[in-house]
Amino acid sequence: MSDRTAAGAEVKASNSPRSRRNSWWSISKINWRGLFSIACFFLAWGGAVAFELPGFAEIPGPWEVLLTFVNDFLFTKKYWQSWGVSFKRVIWGFVLAQILGIPLGLFLGTSRLFNGLVFPVFEIMRPIPPLAWVPLSILFWPTNEASIIFITFIGAFFIITINIYDGVRSIKQEHIWLARSLGASRVRIFRRVMLPAVVPTIAVGMTLGIAVTWNVVIAAEMIASDSGLGRLTWEGYVSSTPTVVVVGMISIGIAGYLSTLIVDNVERRMMPWRKS
Amino acid sequence: MSNSVGALVGDNICKTYHIKGQAPVQALKNCSFEFDPEKLNVVMGTSGCGKSTLALILAGYVRADQDSVTIDGSPVTGSGSDRLMVFQETALWPWMTVQDNVIFGPLSRGESRAKAIEASDELLERFGLGDFKTKYPSQLSGGMMRRAELAQALVNSPKVMILDEPFRGLDVMTRELMQEYYLKLFEDTGMSTVFITAELEEAIFLADRIYVMSDAPGRIVEIIDIDLPRPRKISCTATKRYAELEQEVLAALYAGQSEDVSE
Repeated sequence: MSDRTAAGAEVKASNSPRSRRNSWWSISKINWRGLFSIACFFLAWGGAVAFELPGFAEIPGPWEVLLTFVNDFLFTKKYWQSWGVSFKRVIWGFVLAQILGIPLGLFLGTSRLFNGLVFPVFEIMRPIPPLAWVPLSILFWPTNEASIIFITFIGAFFIITINIYDGVRSIKQEHIWLARSLGASRVRIFRRVMLPAVVPTIAVGMTLGIAVTWNVVIAAEMIASDSGLGRLTWEGYVSSTPTVVVVGMISIGIAGYLSTLIVDNVERRMMPWRKS
Repeated sequence: MSNSVGALVGDNICKTYHIKGQAPVQALKNCSFEFDPEKLNVVMGTSGCGKSTLALILAGYVRADQDSVTIDGSPVTGSGSDRLMVFQETALWPWMTVQDNVIFGPLSRGESRAKAIEASDELLERFGLGDFKTKYPSQLSGGMMRRAELAQALVNSPKVMILDEPFRGLDVMTRELMQEYYLKLFEDTGMSTVFITAELEEAIFLADRIYVMSDAPGRIVEIIDIDLPRPRKISCTATKRYAELEQEVLAALYAGQSEDVSE
């Protein structure tokens, strides 16, 4: 292939509709492709309901859901209180799981004695799904709220602990050796080498933890509470109003997404040294 | 005041690793040496011969089966800032800036922050990293990271520098640059060095003396003086003497490979 043809082919390629479309779409900061795909999703959903495809007989369409939302939820105190209640439970459970889980993970990873005593019990309890704790939690805790927060805590706690534990065990020996050679005390090594070394695993634990916490809080609310977004969704089901169910689901999705954004932001600040 | 110059002496060092579920691995057996202070001592051997184990024992991170290493007459029982090691993979702490990495040593020993920064700045300038002291290691190239590590070690004025295949993994050009760089550093400071490598050319180019190791279990089987003139230039690799030395070292390496291990 002669140079001229190759160059010509290149010029042609850059003027082709595909690349032109790409460059246009990347100009603006808005994710046009994302918006387009979401719009398609709603169209498909609406279409499936309108054309009564199999299974969609009882399912409400997007327009119905939007109307129900605007009329019965958007301006009601109860709806936004549900948001507040669920968020509160998520934050409590999540933060408590960090406060208890991080030190536990660090101890399990650094002290052989502690590990020998505690890890077997920990490992036996870890596979128990958080929701299986609900009946016991209700019996144990004096208030309903406490028992729900306990469930969300359990959800995140094991994940966070096991992540930190793993992180401690994966610290490069050389990092510790170097610090020791340079004369650092044990405390200094812990503060300036071990802790920062496990920050990435704390971040991973947080990302996984927040997802699990939302999972768990919704289910716990369905089973054991009279408030929150999970309860709202459940009430829609038992009262045979599927529009409410979908409103609940979308609300939960948005709430979860917002939480993830916040956690991501926190993580980025925790690790300024990461290559962006 | 002791005549502390960084003379490392090893007396029949043995080291066997016991790993759960596997047969014990004998890395070193009857390894003896006397590393001259203020010289660039190179330990050369093929992969797996125990060179890294030897380096770790010298640095004090691993203990030999019996305590058999002394530095200027005192036994080596653990790590210390008199023997600093540069590992095969960078050990710079990724969450600290270059400057924080370098001042860590002085700060750990109680020096004031101002003094530590002053010393660190001077070294980093000399090493051409003055503009990078607020950067993180992930923002540096391979060669720059190695230089930062040298600064991190040298700011503590160690008696001995132990380098375990420090330029492995660098591209050819960077590697040659780093070799020349370290040579100049050594020739300027006279820092006692134990340099581990598996590269023949690197060994001869840098060394005052090459200690050839046998295959595992490793021991020093031959000591070859490299009498090429200092300061070393790349041009010395084209001389007749260089070629002779190459043959000598190769012969010693091969002899070490066919050693009867059942001694």
